[in-house]
Amino acid sequence: MDTLAQLASGFAVALTPVNLMWCLVGVTVGTAIGVLPGVGPALTIALLLPLTYKVDATSAFILFAGIYYGAMYGGSTTSILMNTPGETATIVTSLEGNKMARRGRAGAALATAAIGSFVAGTIGTIGVTFLAEPVVNFALRFGPAEFFSLMVLAFVTVSAVLGNSAVRGLTSLAVGIFLGLIGIDLQTGQPRFTFGLTELLDGINVVVVAVGLFAVGETLYLACFRQQRPGSGDVMAVADSLWMTREDWARSWKAWLRGALIGFPIGAMPAGGAEVPTFLSYFIEKRLSVKPEEFGHGAIEGVAGPEAANNASTAGVLVPMLALGLPTSATAAIMLSAFQSYGINPGPTLLTQQSSLVWGLIASMYIGNVMLLVLNLPLVGLWVKMLKTPEPLLYAGILVFATIGTYGISQSPVDLVLLYVMGLMGLCMRIFDFPSAPVIIGMILGPLAEQEFRRALQISQGDLLIFLQKPLSLALLLVAAAAVLGPAAWRVARGGREAR
Amino acid sequence: MISRRSVVGTGLAAAAAARLGPLGVRSASAQTPASLQMFIPAAPGGGWDQTGRAIELAMRGDGIVKELKFEYAPGAGGAVGLPRFLAAKKGQGDALLVAGMVMVGALVANKSPVSMRDITPIARLTGEYEVIVVNEASPLKSMQDLVAMFKADPGKVSWAGGSAGGTDHILAGMIAKAVGVDAKRVSYVAYAGGGPAQAALLGNQVTCGISGLGEFSEQIKAGKLRALAVSSGEPQEGIPTLKAQGVDVELANWRGVFGAPGIGAQKQAVLIALVEKMVQGPTWQAELKKRDWAGIFLAGAEYAKFVDAEIERITGILKDLGLAT
Repeated sequence: MDTLAQLASGFAVALTPVNLMWCLVGVTVGTAIGVLPGVGPALTIALLLPLTYKVDATSAFILFAGIYYGAMYGGSTTSILMNTPGETATIVTSLEGNKMARRGRAGAALATAAIGSFVAGTIGTIGVTFLAEPVVNFALRFGPAEFFSLMVLAFVTVSAVLGNSAVRGLTSLAVGIFLGLIGIDLQTGQPRFTFGLTELLDGINVVVVAVGLFAVGETLYLACFRQQRPGSGDVMAVADSLWMTREDWARSWKAWLRGALIGFPIGAMPAGGAEVPTFLSYFIEKRLSVKPEEFGHGAIEGVAGPEAANNASTAGVLVPMLALGLPTSATAAIMLSAFQSYGINPGPTLLTQQSSLVWGLIASMYIGNVMLLVLNLPLVGLWVKMLKTPEPLLYAGILVFATIGTYGISQSPVDLVLLYVMGLMGLCMRIFDFPSAPVIIGMILGPLAEQEFRRALQISQGDLLIFLQKPLSLALLLVAAAAVLGPAAWRVARGGREAR
Repeated sequence: MISRRSVVGTGLAAAAAARLGPLGVRSASAQTPASLQMFIPAAPGGGWDQTGRAIELAMRGDGIVKELKFEYAPGAGGAVGLPRFLAAKKGQGDALLVAGMVMVGALVANKSPVSMRDITPIARLTGEYEVIVVNEASPLKSMQDLVAMFKADPGKVSWAGGSAGGTDHILAGMIAKAVGVDAKRVSYVAYAGGGPAQAALLGNQVTCGISGLGEFSEQIKAGKLRALAVSSGEPQEGIPTLKAQGVDVELANWRGVFGAPGIGAQKQAVLIALVEKMVQGPTWQAELKKRDWAGIFLAGAEYAKFVDAEIERITGILKDLGLAT
């Protein structure tokens, strides 16, 4: 069809010096806010909305989109180096990424994250270019019942991060679900577990909990026990190879592709988001890895897959936005409100009525991804050097960084108190050997699953069979069941064959 | 909580006052503030922020006020921001709070100890009407069809809209009441805003949906959704009103501005005059058109009366829905 011709005209728009400049500004700002924990793309774009009075529409959207996917690149950096996720979508990255950094493999982790982001971002953009319509139609078939079943499947992924003790892991998960339930219940408008604090009415920000548990908890732990751990000061010493080895490439590329294929369609789903695909990708990589024993100690697939997934999901979010004028994430909603200040009403006719804007935007995403790669790869060496900072200084820096970032979210002292409460909790969890990742997974998936479950039952008038009657929902539940029961059967089968 | 922005704002206001000081007592009309502190009790990017930004554009564009500073206090439909505004801005004649119908409902539903009666009414500025839509494939062709189905079996009709107790839910409750069905029997499916609700409608997951007309109008024009009725007094974009189809309900999601508590009648009059001047300017009128907002301007005592009536009406309907006691 004439898609290619339109894409070519889009490149003509995106390659003008002015738009190239906005693209560069966008991806640079995006990388920066991605690095800073707390400040996310939605908030940044909202604060830049007044710009729409001065800059023309195409440039503004190139800038906004650049910020959006740039944030996914930047978010991985702090996850890997400091165990401080800059965005919710990069929380999973810190699980393996930071372990790699501790083993002196920060360079490889950062490189696989950057290249994976590039590969997946480009695949996602190709998806936006050619597959927008079928993907949207598929995504819209996900009603509450289907989405709940997808959440059930996502919950299975918890098993990949439970750690040594299932009881401890599930306890962490329950704590996470509890934290996720705090705030006003969407379906009834009633506050839950807010203890009379108005600041808790809108719930607790996942980033605050993640930064508190991971970064602050880690820092407190080191402050308490560094003396008892002789030689721990060199945990982050830079290892032999700065770059990715042949083995790293071999283990990464499949993970990038799988991550992209998971992230893109889920990003296009209403309320799909960027977090769920990272969980799913992590789970799949652990299952398929040739070295599953490395997981939890710095497996490169565990960085490559989720990083690809979150970048592809960003492209996925743009599909319903550009094809239908439908925002499926907070950032997309704010970008749509920017359309309105140009008097453009985003809807199903956006693509035909504003084709130069839309295609210019899509073309700029190809360019922006290249820019991000060029921007981020040379930084790898620089970032790795940062790890040579003496530990006490480094961790003091992390603490300052985490505090500033958290305060930036809503300028609320309540969030700061929360950050340090979570930090103390993280410390206790480390001491008593409770894994912290399930807390985050529970916090993100718990409320999503609950809301979709209740929506589905509201629609079916309380009939639980709705989850089995819808074919997509049934299929997802079966996959979830297979994921739980399958590995045992697989191990038996493989064990028999390989006679181990 | 006092953010850095508000400290800067207060400092400037104090400096302005000091400059006026030596000139002695001036008449109220001369004390037009050189800058305004805009207080948005929501996150940047939402409806109240957009209203605030449109005010900024119009005030500066038409040379009414040179500088506007923005401060955000997001959370719970304004229930977090209002107490902060009350505490931090008391008596400050240059502070403007952007709020609206959503805050009325949020304060009631959250049993907030503060009330919109505590702030100084300045002017109602805009209104957005609600629209009731179905998927293009739906057998329902008119509001009468929907009402008939609803009356036959209320549970069978699922209504998609924004959060429980918000404008969309309130309209569903009002419709139920008007056609003689217990509002508690409305099978309301709450989504986090008009976007996700739109997705549910386009995917034909629910019977019908309610949202702001602006949010659905493009889908309606493209034929993906069918509009059954609007909640205004007059037909909008060729869509008949609820009233014309036998449902005696009218509702606008209105937004307006309020002054700080305890600023006195003179400072209130100054702010009203400022806003009135802005509303008559070309920039504001252009913004209204561009954003599809109805310019339902109403100022001062009339506005106070209107807000009072809205508090009564919305408290009543939230009780009917079982969300307030």
